[in-house]
Amino acid sequence: MPEYNRPTTEEELKANFGQLKPLMNATMAYYESSRCLYCYDAPCVQACPTGIDIPLFIRQINNGNVDGAAKTIYDSNYFGNACGKVCPTSELCEGACVYNKQDVKPIEIGRLQSFATQQAMASNKQFFKPGRPNGKKIGIIGAGPAGISCACELRLLGYEVDIFEAKSKPSGLAVYGCAPYKITNKEIFEEMDYLQGQFGYTIHFNHPITTREQLDEMEITYDAIFLAIGLGATNTYNLAGVDLKNCIGATEFIAQLKIDPLNTIVGKKVVVIGGGNTAMDAASESARLGAEEVILAYRRSKEGMGAYPFEYVLAKGAGVKGVFSVSPVSVEGKSTVKGIKLIRTEEDEKGYLSNIEGSEFVVDCDMVILATGQSKKTKFLSMIEGLKIDKRGRIKINSNTGQTNNPMYFASGDAVNGGAEVVNACGEAKNSARSIHRILLKHGTMKKKDQE
Amino acid sequence: MADLTTNLAGIKSPNPFWLASAPPTNSGYQVMKAFDEGWGGAVWKTLGVPVVNVSSRYGSVNYRDKRMVGFNNIELITDRPLKDNLREIEEVKKYFPNNAVVASLMVETKEQWHQIVKDVQNAGADGIELNFGCPHGMCERGMGSAVGQEPAVLQTIVEWVMEVAKVPVIVKLTPNITDITEPALAAVKGKADAISLINTIQSLIGVDIDNFVPYPIVDGKSTNGGYCGPAVKPIALNMLKNCAQAPGMNLPISGIGGIENWRDTVEYMLLGATNVQICTAVMHFGFGIIRDLTSGLERYMDEKGFKTTAEMVGKALPNVKTWENLNLKYKVTASIDKDKCVECQLCYTACEDGAHQAIGLPKDGSRVPYIIEDNCVGCNLCSLVCPVEDCITMERRDDGKEHETWKEWMTEDKAPTTFDDDRAGGKHHWVPKPTDALKH
Ligand SMILES: Cc1cc2nc3c(=O)[nH]c(=O)nc-3n(C[C@H](O)[C@H](O)[C@H](O)COP(=O)(O)OP(=O)(O)OC[C@H]3O[C@@H](n4cnc5c(N)ncnc54)[C@H](O)[C@@H]3O)c2cc1C
Ligand SMILES: Cc1cc2nc3c(=O)[nH]c(=O)nc-3n(C[C@H](O)[C@H](O)[C@H](O)COP(=O)(O)O)c2cc1C
Ligand code: SF4
Repeated sequence: MPEYNRPTTEEELKANFGQLKPLMNATMAYYESSRCLYCYDAPCVQACPTGIDIPLFIRQINNGNVDGAAKTIYDSNYFGNACGKVCPTSELCEGACVYNKQDVKPIEIGRLQSFATQQAMASNKQFFKPGRPNGKKIGIIGAGPAGISCACELRLLGYEVDIFEAKSKPSGLAVYGCAPYKITNKEIFEEMDYLQGQFGYTIHFNHPITTREQLDEMEITYDAIFLAIGLGATNTYNLAGVDLKNCIGATEFIAQLKIDPLNTIVGKKVVVIGGGNTAMDAASESARLGAEEVILAYRRSKEGMGAYPFEYVLAKGAGVKGVFSVSPVSVEGKSTVKGIKLIRTEEDEKGYLSNIEGSEFVVDCDMVILATGQSKKTKFLSMIEGLKIDKRGRIKINSNTGQTNNPMYFASGDAVNGGAEVVNACGEAKNSARSIHRILLKHGTMKKKDQE
Repeated sequence: MADLTTNLAGIKSPNPFWLASAPPTNSGYQVMKAFDEGWGGAVWKTLGVPVVNVSSRYGSVNYRDKRMVGFNNIELITDRPLKDNLREIEEVKKYFPNNAVVASLMVETKEQWHQIVKDVQNAGADGIELNFGCPHGMCERGMGSAVGQEPAVLQTIVEWVMEVAKVPVIVKLTPNITDITEPALAAVKGKADAISLINTIQSLIGVDIDNFVPYPIVDGKSTNGGYCGPAVKPIALNMLKNCAQAPGMNLPISGIGGIENWRDTVEYMLLGATNVQICTAVMHFGFGIIRDLTSGLERYMDEKGFKTTAEMVGKALPNVKTWENLNLKYKVTASIDKDKCVECQLCYTACEDGAHQAIGLPKDGSRVPYIIEDNCVGCNLCSLVCPVEDCITMERRDDGKEHETWKEWMTEDKAPTTFDDDRAGGKHHWVPKPTDALKH
């Protein structure tokens, strides 16, 4: 018996994708916030990529100033609620909580964060308003966490901001990527509306920037351009059989599932290839969509997986089975997937991986999900004069300012860090926005060679 | 096995735990239930003249996730008819002859006092407690704390009572007074058999900041009340010690105020209480706490080798001195156990901002603070804020050979009179320059 049955109604969906970090009620928040020690120079703050003053907001919750707590959070991170729910907190703030050293359960910082921000959102508390117009305009490509965070900060500083977004919805992979049991789409969009309502930036949806002409126009119109384009489609590495029906990239599978879960096709027996967080998500999600058997196949050992340990535990909890030290050879089948051929691998002391000759075997399955990493948008980036990318396709920036080698262009988020978390994109983008402001204040323009 | 029985001025009870005169002793039903669960005695809710109570009546101080660390009430004495109470006292005594039933009383005139003392004796009360403590409602009518605050009046009323009393008489004192030993000694002079303390402390528990009315609210208005519960224990302990050490005090003492567990009880007894009375803890958790009270006390006594509760009474009193008799040569400094430290740095910020800048942080980014021995005055603050048991301990640094007190200095004319004197306190204390505060 599988852990989950195929959901056919909204209720069943909700049950299969129950929230891992459900909203706390006021009593829970009160008790939990009571436990905070209010550490000096607190390790949790240091562990947060956006540096939220965590002990302060927890104390504010405890003292009945929940709106003040929300303000503290949003001052550092515009995705306050989203991050509370999707951040890998056990690796970040909660992992740094000093209670861990006493083997006491760390403070549930993420849930407290969402408690405060959701309350502020529900009552539409206006913490921010746009700064006095300073006559300058910034163009942003991409309305994901990086693009939106940069836009908020720039509006605060008085800039006019236009965001160009290829898709029809804001928040990027927050909505098209993050697992539904971490956050609901409704919640994400509520926060997007909440921010837009306060900061008043313009988003041009269904408006991909794809040509040199569009970039030319942007370079004329704007005082600076911020690249928040994230990553591209799943890498398939020319694996034989990837074009078969029911062989799909993990990001594509997840994007579909996030928008239309009831009509997302899932196999009876699914093999997920990969060992990162996206692989864990895709595997968990397949199981929760009713797959009878989900196998996670990774080329190295269990310990070698890039995924956070808690993500693997979560996948196992949904009924996923791991198979390690196997590498895909080809996807088998005529028109649709019938199986996947794997080969066993071995790793030497240096971590170098080699296939064990003659060890191929086929696992029967009717769906293969490839979670083998996302591609970089190198083709698009090559259109921008002077822009440099590193060997792994990541945009090179001055890490203090976010400025690229083309002084007009700044960049943050997955496109720069190669794929991290929502919170990283938010923190980096806020910093870039401040640099844009600093440099424009100093030089009046980006167009000269005026990098900091 | 420890013997928990107690004897307060002739009132015997199977253990030292009595219910204080308050709502838990409002009725025969409650007292019987409490005795059935194991309580040793009960001081009946104060009997006296007819009164009317208001609603609402209580307010509380919550600290973080803990409710009712302080509790306040504006209730008066019992509003149930005297004859009902007398009948129920009689009935309780029939079922529980070995438990102590003490009648708390508060009336006005000599005749009233004589009559009510006789009434409760006839009903079978084992003792009488005179309520000279209620700090609201009754004092405006010349009773309660209005009596407790006037030692001469208190003595007179005690004398009236003693004229007809056949059972031991306890005088319950109010803490709303500068020197509690004055009414205590007036009770001695009046020939009372015991004293009990404390009644509630006059208080205003808090304010509804939306409607600008203090709590508890009675139709948009409020009034001061009486404070009790865990928060008052330190105040009560000090008053207990003052009475127990007062020259001329020869009466046994029943300790009251903020007692919630066996540890509190032991502390009270070590400072001179023969038994204890409990109110708020029962109003919060019910009679069931008696199981924890008795088992904890038994275990403690067995561990320490006390055979009877009487052996414990007053054990800590010889160690309570006036400040001028403390050894000025004794020196402790803080010591941090690096292995236990959880790196919260609460000690650092406490000492840095709230004490003597005697804790440093490593420059290399690691987080375990260190003590700057020369600056540490041995105040205990860091060890008190540290959330880890036994992580910061205070270690003795003097050799234990010298013993000098302020009193000795005064008699030997050695006490410093100028700040240049080497013996003056702050002389060798290093403090940072004021402007160092701005270096960041
Ligand atoms: C499956 C999956 C699960 C994840 N789960 C989590 C999680 O649980 N917790 C977490 O913190 N992080 C998670 N992440 C990572 C997180 O979503 C990303 O790190 C974050 O969204 C990056 O933000 P970004 O703004 O840099 O890019 P994106 O979120 O990718 O946003 C980029 C935006 O730019 C738009 N765009 C791109 N190119 C153009 C163009 N040329 N013209 C116009 N618009 C364009 C895109 O449509 C998109 O909206 C997950 C990622 C994936 C793939
Ligand atoms: C609601 C309430 C009513 C009280 N009524 C009386 C009373 O009638 N007579 C009396 O002597 N003390 C009365 N007290 C005081 C208690 O007996 C006791 O002295 C005081 O509460 C301190 O003990 P505690 O901290 O255990 O509550 C009352 C206390 C409370 C909370
Ligand atoms: S004992 Fe007091 S002075 Fe000494 S280190 Fe601790 S807090 Fe500072």
